[in-house]
Amino acid sequence: MTALKKPRSRFAVSVLTAALLAAGIAGEVGAQKRELVTINKDPFPSSYTRLESAPILITNATVLDGKGSLIEDADILMQDGKVKRVGKNLKAPKDARLIDGTGKWVTPGIIDVHSHLGVYPSPGTQSHADGNEIGEPVTADVWVEHSNWPQDPGFIRAAAGGITALQLLPGSANLVGGRSVTLKNVPGRVAQDMKFPGAPYGVKMACGENPKRVYGTGENNPTLHRPYTRMGNVAGYRQAFADAQAYQRAWDKYERDFKAGKDVLPPQRDINMETMAGILAGEILVHMHCYRADDMGTMLDVMKEFNYQITSFQHAVESYKIADKLAEDNVCSAMWADWWGFKMEAYDGIRENIPFVHKAGACAIVHSDSEEGIQRLNQEAAKALADGRKVGVDISKAEAWQWLSLNPAKSLGIDKMTGTLEKGKDADVVLWSGDPFSVYTNAEITFVDGAPVYDRTNPAFNPVMDFELGQPGEGDVE
Amino acid sequence: MSILAKLKNASVAVAIVGTSLSTAYAEDIAITGGTAFTNGGKGKIENATILVSDGKISSVNAGGDVPSGYRVIDASNQWVTVGLMATGTTLGLTEVPLSGSLNDATANKAKNTIGLDVTYAIDPSSTLIPVTRIEGITRAVTGLSSTKDYWLGQGAVIHLGDGFDLVEKQGAYIGLQIGEGAATKAGGSRAALWQEVYAKLEDAKPEPETDDKDEDKGEKKADKKKRPSAEKKALKRLFKGETSLMVTANRAADILQVIRLKKHFGFKVILTGAVEAWRVADELAKADIPVVLDALESLPQSFETLGATQANAGRLVAAGVTIAITGKGSHNARLMPQNAGNAVSNGLSWEAAMDAMTVGPAKIFGLSDSYGTLEAGKDADIVVWDGDPIEIMTSPTAVLIKGNQIELVSRQTKLRDRYLEITRSPQFKK
Repeated sequence: MTALKKPRSRFAVSVLTAALLAAGIAGEVGAQKRELVTINKDPFPSSYTRLESAPILITNATVLDGKGSLIEDADILMQDGKVKRVGKNLKAPKDARLIDGTGKWVTPGIIDVHSHLGVYPSPGTQSHADGNEIGEPVTADVWVEHSNWPQDPGFIRAAAGGITALQLLPGSANLVGGRSVTLKNVPGRVAQDMKFPGAPYGVKMACGENPKRVYGTGENNPTLHRPYTRMGNVAGYRQAFADAQAYQRAWDKYERDFKAGKDVLPPQRDINMETMAGILAGEILVHMHCYRADDMGTMLDVMKEFNYQITSFQHAVESYKIADKLAEDNVCSAMWADWWGFKMEAYDGIRENIPFVHKAGACAIVHSDSEEGIQRLNQEAAKALADGRKVGVDISKAEAWQWLSLNPAKSLGIDKMTGTLEKGKDADVVLWSGDPFSVYTNAEITFVDGAPVYDRTNPAFNPVMDFELGQPGEGDVE
Repeated sequence: MSILAKLKNASVAVAIVGTSLSTAYAEDIAITGGTAFTNGGKGKIENATILVSDGKISSVNAGGDVPSGYRVIDASNQWVTVGLMATGTTLGLTEVPLSGSLNDATANKAKNTIGLDVTYAIDPSSTLIPVTRIEGITRAVTGLSSTKDYWLGQGAVIHLGDGFDLVEKQGAYIGLQIGEGAATKAGGSRAALWQEVYAKLEDAKPEPETDDKDEDKGEKKADKKKRPSAEKKALKRLFKGETSLMVTANRAADILQVIRLKKHFGFKVILTGAVEAWRVADELAKADIPVVLDALESLPQSFETLGATQANAGRLVAAGVTIAITGKGSHNARLMPQNAGNAVSNGLSWEAAMDAMTVGPAKIFGLSDSYGTLEAGKDADIVVWDGDPIEIMTSPTAVLIKGNQIELVSRQTKLRDRYLEITRSPQFKK
C-alpha cells in the first residue's frame, strides 16, 4: 500500500493463517452459510481478582477526597472492595479492622500514567529489556502487556509509595510504539492477573527527537532510513492513519455486504491496523510522548485531520507555552515536576509547568516514567505546588491531588471506577503517616480494592517478589 | 578574634571596591533575625545576626547590633544555613548531554585517564549553574562520568557563584570505578580488574628506602614512554595524602575489596555508589572510609545492587560513617535536599541529613578550613530559607556565595516569567 508499510508484508501469510484459525472460519469454508466474522477485542482478558480483606474503617483522619476538597477529622469505611462512606462518626461493621487515623492523611491512591515497570524491570539486564520494539517506525501491533514481568520488584516499591494503579507504556523510539495496558498494582502470577478490569486500551505514540534519532541513521530501519526529520515523523503518523482508514473501510464493506446477504469472506486481519483503526474509532486512547510546544501544536492538527482524540501528551515539557490551546482541545499533559535539559527538546523545562497547565484550565497530571520517581509522585506534586505558589498560582493541596489520581484516571478512562473517594468507587486508597506534601511523610498503608497491598507498619505482611527471595535485602524496602 | 578589626578592614574594602552586587567581595552584609544552623544540622542559634564582609563570615551571634554600613537581609521567621554542597555532579562539564553540545564529562577516547583534570573543561557560563544555586546549592564536586577504562581522572570542587573562576579545589579526588562495567573493560572479570588496579598503584607507590637519584633514574627508564606525567603527578599527590581515591563500588564484596585496597596502600579513600554499603557499614567505619551516596537507591537494578534500600544512609551514619548525599546527577543536583529528606523518612536523623549536605562533603573533600560551617573566618556561603531546608515545599529567599548575594534568576525563571501570562508572541517579552 505504501512505502512505510512495506516491511510489514513478511507477516502477511502467518497473520492470515492465524486469523482464519482464530476466527474459527477455517473449517467453515465451503459450508452452507457463513457466520459474520468479528474480531475479539479482548483476547487477553483480565484475570484480576481482589485480595481478601475485612472491612476497614479509618477514623479521624485528614481526608483529601480527590475531587478538590479537604475534610478534617473524617472517617472512611471500605467494604467489599469499595468506598462505602466518607464522613464523620461512621460506625464500623462487625469484624471490621479499625485504624486510628489521628494525625494522618487519607487520599485516593496515586495513579501513574507513565510507567515501564515490568517491561524494563529490575534487574535491568538485556534479557529483561522488553519495553520497545524498535525494528520499525510503526509498531501498533505490539501490546506491552505481553512484555510485562509481574515479578518486577518495582511494583512493590511503587505500592510503598502509594501507587494503586498504573499504565505501562511501550518506549518512545517509534512513531507508534504499541498498545499500553492499565494495571491494578497487585502482585500476580501472570500479567493478566494485574490487568485493571474494564480499563480501555491505550496506545503510545511519540513526537520529536526519539523516532528521528532511532530511525534516521538507518541503524534500526535499514531499508528506509526514515523518519530522519520532524516532518518525516508527521508523514509517518498521517500515512499510518490513512492506512487505518482504508483498512476500516474494507471491514465495513465486508460487514455491509454480509448483511446484504452476499457470500463474502472477511478481509485479512492486520494486527497493526487493528490498533490504528481502534484509535480512529475512539476505542483506544492515545498517549503521545511530546516535549516541544510546536510538536504538540502540529499533533493537535493531525488529530483534527483524522478526527481522533489525543488523550494525553506525555512529558509535555513545554505545555506551559501552549496551555490555552491544550485546554481548548481537551488534551491532558502528563508531566514531571523538574526533569529538564537532558536533550534539546527538554531544554526549556521549568518547575512551574504543572501549575501553569492547571491555571490555564487544562488537565494536569504528574507522571514518573521512572522506577524511582514512581515511588514518590506525591513529592513531585508538592514541588510543583510550591513552585506555582511562589509566582502567585494559588492552588490548594486538595485541588493538586487531582494531578495524582482523578486526572490520571480520566486520561486512562477509569475515572468512573477509581480516582476519588466517592461512594461506590473502588477502594484504592492510601493512608499517609502525615501530610503527603511533606518529604517526611510515608505511605503507611496502600489499599487496592479495600485490601492492603503494602503496609509499612507491618513489614512481615509485605510481598516479596520471586526474584528477591534468597538475595541480599530480600525486599528490604525501608 | 577581633571583630572590630575585621569590621575596620571590611569598611576599607567597601570604600575601595564599592557596593555593587556583581562586584566580588564588595558588600558588607548582615543577615538578621533568622534561626541559624551553624554546624550542619547542629549549632542552632535563634535570632541570629550573621555579619559578612570581604567574602567571609566575620561573626555569628544571637541577636546583637548591626554595624553601620551593612546592608541588612531580614531573615525573620526564616531558617539560615551554610550554602549546600552537591556531590556526584558534572556541573560545568555538561549542558545538554544527549543531543546538544559536547559533553565534557565523558572522555571515552582519551588516552590518558588517571591524569585528566576536569578544571580545563569547566564552563562557568553553563545554565545549570544558576539553575542549581538558586535552590541553595553553592558548592559542587564535579568530575568525569566515563572514560575508556575505569579511571575517571581528577575531579574538582567548584563554587557556583558569579565570575569566570569557579575552581575551589583542583584535583580534589582521583576517580576509580569498580564493578561489572569496569571489570568488563579490564578483561571480563573482577580478578583482572583488581590485578590491573594493584599493578598501576604499586607502580606509582613511592619507595621510601630508595635514594632520590636512583628513583629518578628508575622512573625515567620505566615511565618515559608508558606514563604521561599528569598521571604520575596525580598518583604522587594521592600517596602524599593531598588527594583521595574516590572509588565507585556497589556490591558488598566489592566494597570489602576497596577497604582492603585502602589498608594495603594507606592513602585516603572515598567510597561512592555504595548501594550495599549498609551491609559492611561497621567495616567502613573502622576503615575510616566516608561514603558519597544516592539515598534513594531502592531497587535491585543489577546483580551488584541486590541489597538496595533507602535505609542505607541511616544505617551508615548509625555505624559511624561520614556521608554526603547526592542530588540527581547534574541537571537536578538541586534535588539533594529532597533526597536527604527521603533518607530522613527512612531512618536518618534530620541533623545527620543536614550534615550530609554541608560539613560532611566539606570534610570528605578537604574543604573544612574554608567552607562548611557558619563561623567567623569561613567563606560566606549562606542561604536563607523560607522554612526547613530539607522540606520539599521550602525555597531559598536569599543566597550568598563567597559573600556575594546572587540574584535568584536562571534561564528557567526567565522562561517562567515570560509564560506566566501567555501572549501572541512571547518573544517580545524579556
